[in-house]
Amino acid sequence: MTHSLAYTNKELLAILQETKTIAMVGASPKWNRPSFFAMKYLQEKGYRVIPINPGVAGKEILGEKVYASLAEIPGKFEMVDIFRNSAAAGPITEEAIAVAVDKGIKVIWMQLGVINHEAAEKAEAAGLTVVMDRCPKIEFGRLNAELSWGGFNSGIISAKRRRVRLS
Amino acid sequence: MKKTKTPGFETRMIHAGTQPEPVTGARQTPIFQNTSYVFHDADHAASLFNLQTFGFIYSRLTNPTVAALEERLASLEGGRGATCCASGHAAQILAFFAIMAPGDRFVASNRLYGGSITQFGKTFKKFDWQVDFVDVDNPENVRKAIGPKTKAIFVESLANPGGVVSDLEALSAIAQAAEIPLIVDNTMATPYLCRPFEWGADLVVHSTTKFLSGNGTSVGGAVVDSGRFDWAKSGKFPGLAEPEPAYHGLSFYETFGDMAFTMQAHAVGLRDLGATMAPMNAFQTLLGTETLSLRMERHCANAKTVAEFLENHEAVDWVSCAALPASPYHDLGLKYLPLGAGSVFTFGVKGGYEAGVKVVESCELFSHLANIGDSRSLILHPASTTHRQLTEEQREAAGAGPAVVRLSIGLETVEDLIDDLGKALAATV
Repeated sequence: MTHSLAYTNKELLAILQETKTIAMVGASPKWNRPSFFAMKYLQEKGYRVIPINPGVAGKEILGEKVYASLAEIPGKFEMVDIFRNSAAAGPITEEAIAVAVDKGIKVIWMQLGVINHEAAEKAEAAGLTVVMDRCPKIEFGRLNAELSWGGFNSGIISAKRRRVRLS
Repeated sequence: MKKTKTPGFETRMIHAGTQPEPVTGARQTPIFQNTSYVFHDADHAASLFNLQTFGFIYSRLTNPTVAALEERLASLEGGRGATCCASGHAAQILAFFAIMAPGDRFVASNRLYGGSITQFGKTFKKFDWQVDFVDVDNPENVRKAIGPKTKAIFVESLANPGGVVSDLEALSAIAQAAEIPLIVDNTMATPYLCRPFEWGADLVVHSTTKFLSGNGTSVGGAVVDSGRFDWAKSGKFPGLAEPEPAYHGLSFYETFGDMAFTMQAHAVGLRDLGATMAPMNAFQTLLGTETLSLRMERHCANAKTVAEFLENHEAVDWVSCAALPASPYHDLGLKYLPLGAGSVFTFGVKGGYEAGVKVVESCELFSHLANIGDSRSLILHPASTTHRQLTEEQREAAGAGPAVVRLSIGLETVEDLIDDLGKALAATV
């Protein structure tokens, strides 16, 4: 059975609201890489993003220490965001399943263009929620009307007034 | 997981892009008559300039009222994003600016709106962008005209002024095989009558001045991106797929995926070409789109009735309107414009250039002016106005010969329009 790639706005919003900490596998220290863009944006929106990149383990990206693997992250995190190719998503998902209980992982999120049905099936069997072929930055922006600011079709039709947080 | 149901066209026409303004709760979209936007801090400013976060910097690039219209047009066309700009001509420059380099070429229909023929054939040459005009009725002509430097195919879904319908599906197959985008000017049809993306087009351009705004108040344009074209695969589109020096080596396609074109059109196109849409014009156009389906239905019904009247009139040589069964484009019209063939069409009056001028000048209710897609009915003699800059040969090819009169049928009582034209035609015999 292949995992459907259609997600309702409600499902995605619930994931983004319940998540506080994200382990980003494949985070790059180079400022003009897509993963750097996503990490910076998600930090700005209040998420803690912990970078995973064996090549630069021990160094820092955007003020966060880089780890070589999910198992090495000391605290808990609810989401694993996979910024690697579809094949690499397989072993990363297996690693996430192995430490899921210990680390409190609830969601495996694979980036735009990253689709691995076999990994998704295993993760869902282990009780994890899976999102594939999406970017949490774009979905956050889309669901909070920020994507619309750039002239993009958010697909959101609503006459409800959004709540704005006041400081 | 269940799929979210897409709301219907009429619902999107009224709601897409225009949720209530969250700070005040204003239900109608405010006119953000404003040039620039305050940053939270230096880091926020840096993120905005680096394109790392969504938000406003300066209204030459983006403006909240203009963005609302962009999202609405993207939604109505079924695209990923849209870039609004100062006019339909600006939309064409923006579209080609993203994909062309000096020395590049594109293939375009030889029956385009006269202003497009002049822009492509004369002004684009100054950028060393070269156009090959062909008769697209035979798609083979398009295939033959494509060379290694060809970067796009450009047609109008419904051509101005001739009542000509393009075979979008056949043209899209040719574009796909050549790994180049099909760009469709959908001004005359509007997304209510035709949605080129459903037939394989990659980019749609609009003069929003016409039916979208609808009342002849606001000049504007838009480029809508389907989000489906692979800008990296062929290596032909370095402006979108290669590192952009003005953004420290960022590649738009790699970083923004299906949003690359629209990001580039704002962050490079509008930034450096500067042909921005005014917020007031965006507001007027948003109001226009709210009633688009209702207006287009009446425009089409009135136009068909007037075309049938002219077809049987003794002073009229021929009528070129895809709504008429006698039109060679009738079948293509049924396929691509099933809800109606628009309201702009031409007819040939007996007696040549003089008779054409006479008809235009004898109308009382039709306004003699160079626009289309107004709630008012409009009349024009292309040979002496919009197509004046063309050669005689080009005018004939574009369906704008000496005896041709162009009508843009409005929303008035149709009997009054027929009466007015009848009197004007009587003056020619």
